[in-house]
Amino acid sequence: MAEPERIAAIVAEVMAQLRRTGSVTLPQNAQPREEGDCDDITSPACRKISLLDHPQDPEALERMRGRTTARIGVGRAGPRLKTRTMLTLRADHAQARDAVFADVNSALPEKLGMFTVETRCGDKNTYLTRPDLGRRLSDKAVETLRQRCTPTPDVQIFASDGLSSTAIEANLEKILPALTDGLKAKGLTVGTPFFLRFGRVAAEDHVAEILGAKVVCVLIGERPGLATAESMSAYIVYNSYVGIPESKRTVVSNIHKDGISAVEAGAYLTEVICKILEQKASGVDLVK
Amino acid sequence: MKLSVTLAGKHFTFRDVKDVLAKANEEKSGDILAGVAARSDLERVAAKVVLSDLLVEDLRENPVVPYEDDEVTRINQDGLDETVYQSIRGWTMAQLREYILSYDSTEEDLKRLGRGLTAEVVAGVCKLMSNLDLIYAANKIRITATCNTTIGRRGCLSTRLQPNHSTDNVEGITASLFEGLSYGCGDALLGLNPVNDTVSSLAEVLKRFDEVKNRFEIPTQICVLGHITTQIEAVKRGAPCDMIFQSIAGSQKGNSAFGFSSDHVKEALALLKERGTAKGPDVMYFETGQGSELSSDAHYGADQVTMEARCYAFARPFHPFMVNTVVGFIGPEYLYDSRQVIRAGLEDHFMGKLSGVPMGCDCCYTNHMMADQNDIENLSLLLGSAGVNYILGVPTSDDVMLNYQTNAYHDVGTIREILGLRPIREFEQWLERMGIMENGRLTDRAGDPTLFTTRR
Repeated sequence: MAEPERIAAIVAEVMAQLRRTGSVTLPQNAQPREEGDCDDITSPACRKISLLDHPQDPEALERMRGRTTARIGVGRAGPRLKTRTMLTLRADHAQARDAVFADVNSALPEKLGMFTVETRCGDKNTYLTRPDLGRRLSDKAVETLRQRCTPTPDVQIFASDGLSSTAIEANLEKILPALTDGLKAKGLTVGTPFFLRFGRVAAEDHVAEILGAKVVCVLIGERPGLATAESMSAYIVYNSYVGIPESKRTVVSNIHKDGISAVEAGAYLTEVICKILEQKASGVDLVK
Repeated sequence: MKLSVTLAGKHFTFRDVKDVLAKANEEKSGDILAGVAARSDLERVAAKVVLSDLLVEDLRENPVVPYEDDEVTRINQDGLDETVYQSIRGWTMAQLREYILSYDSTEEDLKRLGRGLTAEVVAGVCKLMSNLDLIYAANKIRITATCNTTIGRRGCLSTRLQPNHSTDNVEGITASLFEGLSYGCGDALLGLNPVNDTVSSLAEVLKRFDEVKNRFEIPTQICVLGHITTQIEAVKRGAPCDMIFQSIAGSQKGNSAFGFSSDHVKEALALLKERGTAKGPDVMYFETGQGSELSSDAHYGADQVTMEARCYAFARPFHPFMVNTVVGFIGPEYLYDSRQVIRAGLEDHFMGKLSGVPMGCDCCYTNHMMADQNDIENLSLLLGSAGVNYILGVPTSDDVMLNYQTNAYHDVGTIREILGLRPIREFEQWLERMGIMENGRLTDRAGDPTLFTTRR
């Protein structure tokens, strides 16, 4: 087959497969290109195309590419990357950067009935360079929590941007109702949820002290990789206090559409939290 | 010992040697986080002035972690070449810097000198060097080491091929490995960071690396970078292994946070001598990185450059084949932006070489740092000029397991071509036999991983 035909055939096959399995929602711009529109080089279909010009064994190459998410079979221009490979990397990096530096749209917490408070960081740069300040709520936040949150709940849930706002925007709306309803159905009291800007994981220890919650669970954006900027984690801790060892946390990570889906994670977290309350222990002390 | 200075009409006093060392550092977010950094640019320079006037013996006699409390200090102090030290103990740090840079000091002079310097002295002189000083001085020194092949000869630039996989799938790892080999990567090491730190997982990957190495007769080394105790166990159970790896820190407390001590390294060395697959004698691999001590609260109030120098002092007596700083992996709270990462990469490389260890660099960054691939390309070219033993290579720069970016498989060939450098000789000859390289340049066949699936 000539090169363009081979590529077209691969694209067609991939698209058909994606539609069949329904596992991936195709963005509009991954559809066959419209007049005047450049390809979305970040789309699964574009990523599937090998740019290596004349592989000695094309079938072996496809097999190899199917076995790793690493970007292999990419070819070269002289010793350097091809233009498309380089631009795709830059696009993925740009998404990761935006996830770190953008703020969560304030409409999202509002829509979910969450008010917003901040840690002691004050801005993104301080957040990135001063993890100590990101672990403590501001005086104003402490005050707000005391006024607006139900004290001493069985479970206190809050969300925080962490290192990826994109992760919160992609997952929070799906996970929060599943988790809250699940816990309430088990007869547990669930505290007033809120959103914490510039938060580190250990901010949950401060929250535990302020509200006297038995279990605290923070839903927080993970440091984005090039593969996804949408990954969120839940860190759960029993009877916490400022300075508790990290090993006392139970973590459920990799919550995103290609990992554990948000809805699925909501159900799973409910089980985990119930187990933590039963055993009165989290992290390494929890018997699985 | 003078610990105060008037500079530009302002008076500055420093508490002790540790304080001078910390404040004399170029700006690093990690030192600010630790609360040990200079509070102004002028104070930073004042500290450098005071440092330049301290004697070598002032720094030797004031290690930043007490001898009684810490085996890294003990290893460093007890292992020092006292003859060399006695000949230079009365030098000021300014004299030491100028000796290193002098046309009169040969490579052999500098290697001999290094044996008489404690980590604090190495770190101290580093703080008096500009970036070009660091490159120039490092380029005077080559530290070679021999496992199956010899790394670090003048004119060579090697790579650790890092074919990481998100689930340790052996076929997927092999696919990345073939891609890397087809770009002329891997003369330093075929080395995987495993997801699963288990004996069986390590053994499985080591077995595959060994098969590939033997089947294609590749003159190189193999290693799977699990925890040192897991690797030891894998070798005991018969896994093929050329080299054992461990991340190290500049204090015993830092090393114990990594879950090991010097006894584990001694055990690994003894085991490899008996059961390893390499000719040797250099069979250890260490990774370092500024800030790791602070992250485990094991920095004793010292700055991160001094703690980093102590890693090399720890590594030196174990005769490693490879040591590299994973310079930008730790994040912006330690190295904020590309300026700090590039500086740290040059510092670490210089300090490692002056300490006498065969030094490479993982020129890398995470996505929450103020740096991008351009910066890492800059750093690797600077280090190529400084005579670094090796850099890393991963598919297109994107490491799918560690979620950071380092040099692409494509980079080493480019840098070799620009700077007139070559792979390790035997490896280059192997590349020529495979039709991947010719006259030091990639051929038309290069970049095709299926070269390895259809041959023989």
